[in-house]
Amino acid sequence: MIKIYSPTAILGYGFPLESHKEAYREKPDLIAVDAGSTDPGPYYLGKGISFVEAEAVKRDLSLLLTLAKDLDIPLIIGSAGGCGTKSSVDFTYSIVESLCKELNIHFKVSIIYTDVDKERVKKALKDGNIRSLDGSFELNESIIDRCTNITAQIGIEPFMEAIKEDAQVIIAGRSYDPAPFAVIPVMKGYDMGLSLHLGKILECGAIASEPGSGRDGLIGVLSSDYFDVFPLNPRRRCTVLSVSAHTLYEKSDPYHLAGPDGTISLEETKFSQINERMVRVTGTKFIPPKEKWIKIEGAEFIGFRSVCFAGIRDPIFISQIDNILSEMELITKENFPDWIDKFKIHFHLYGKNGVMGKWEKNKEACHEIGLLIEVLSENEKIAKTVIGFIRSTLLHYGYPGRISTAGNLAFPFSPSDVIWGEVFRFSIYHLIKENYLDISIIKKEV
Amino acid sequence: MKLIDIARVIRTKNSGPFIITIDIIFKDEQMYYKLKKRNYFSSDWWASLYNIPPEDVLSVFYFDPAFAVKANIKRYISSGDFGDSDVYGAQQHAPLLEVEIEDENG
Repeated sequence: MIKIYSPTAILGYGFPLESHKEAYREKPDLIAVDAGSTDPGPYYLGKGISFVEAEAVKRDLSLLLTLAKDLDIPLIIGSAGGCGTKSSVDFTYSIVESLCKELNIHFKVSIIYTDVDKERVKKALKDGNIRSLDGSFELNESIIDRCTNITAQIGIEPFMEAIKEDAQVIIAGRSYDPAPFAVIPVMKGYDMGLSLHLGKILECGAIASEPGSGRDGLIGVLSSDYFDVFPLNPRRRCTVLSVSAHTLYEKSDPYHLAGPDGTISLEETKFSQINERMVRVTGTKFIPPKEKWIKIEGAEFIGFRSVCFAGIRDPIFISQIDNILSEMELITKENFPDWIDKFKIHFHLYGKNGVMGKWEKNKEACHEIGLLIEVLSENEKIAKTVIGFIRSTLLHYGYPGRISTAGNLAFPFSPSDVIWGEVFRFSIYHLIKENYLDISIIKKEV
Repeated sequence: MKLIDIARVIRTKNSGPFIITIDIIFKDEQMYYKLKKRNYFSSDWWASLYNIPPEDVLSVFYFDPAFAVKANIKRYISSGDFGDSDVYGAQQHAPLLEVEIEDENG
């Protein structure tokens, strides 16, 4: 048997101290934690920065490094720093390094860099060894050039190498979420399908329990032909529903979970309730890949965003709002003919399709509307100028039937316009043949 | 009957930056199998609910272990791209809360 401790859904999201004390009593063989996601959007990958603050990561790591030292067990971090670029791996390493000094503890650390060189991606594209994934755009050389960061989502193999070289702490770049959990079990000879499936359930911390939470821990116990999962917090329980439903979570096909190492098949998986708080999983199979294709992720810079937020309460204005805003767009383009291709305008109408856009079925407007004006441009000057023009023109716009001739918008802030900053777009979400990658492992002692 | 009365979970979330994945988890095993047998939640059903072409409904799955139905819908704007309104894709479930399920027994 091998016992794995997953403290939290994302390193830096935190976990209750009581649960962590419980983890001590469980005496796990391994701590693994996922630190990343594409969920917060393309900005973090584009910039190569963490979406969790350094102090929050430090808080979690101080407890986890101490536990790893006290029990003499490995700590494996996947998708370090969120997006898993070199910069975010280094961000995590620098926190580990300073903490170890502060706490006076020492480890052999392995750092796995998963960044992908642009020239290699271009070469793979030329050779026909890039595939589009899950509805992603078609790739071309200029998109690759505009991407600021490209990372590969690694499977268990680079982790294996690091462990063979005696790493006690592993800080890896972008990783398949289950990989940090599954690598040691697989190396010890446990079933690949069960190991990866357990990793998939553990990677979100206590989200797979009831009530679910991303900031609490879960324990997984792997045996030769099954695994058990249960939460550390006595106020939560794992149920057949909470664990099986988690298998669906954020995945497009619940029966076949594809990853860099191969596919986990859940066609014969059974979930059973062992006791009040523990669920047993059996029957998960592993389907090895015919060829190894690895997912790569990249975000390209698309410009600067300026925004202005205002409330609208006048019912006469609201009844004409679609016409007014399309007129507004025309007036703006007319006013800046030299910039006509250099900016884009988007109106978010909160209170009327603001959240669901064209998927919205209820087309009726509320009695008040939150108008968020968004302008994107290649430079900050244009973004700022255009948002200012739209704000002032719309404030005084004379629409048919207007009675309130003093102003059409209620601004909550002064200044009312702001440069929000750089905007990125996910442009690479593709598969690449494994042989184009160049994953490097650096050994350090802290 | 309303879907909200027979489902315990109705949720949406990104499955990568280009897909919204929608889960319905039923309260009751029998109701789940009854609707599954009729393939109630066909691609066309989803397409009409979200007012999208059927080819944008990329797949529909019935997942027996959780008494769940899952549909995957192509985003018309990728997560966080200019003009997107829901980076996590977590608030696209609302139309399901008003859905009436037609019982074949009337």
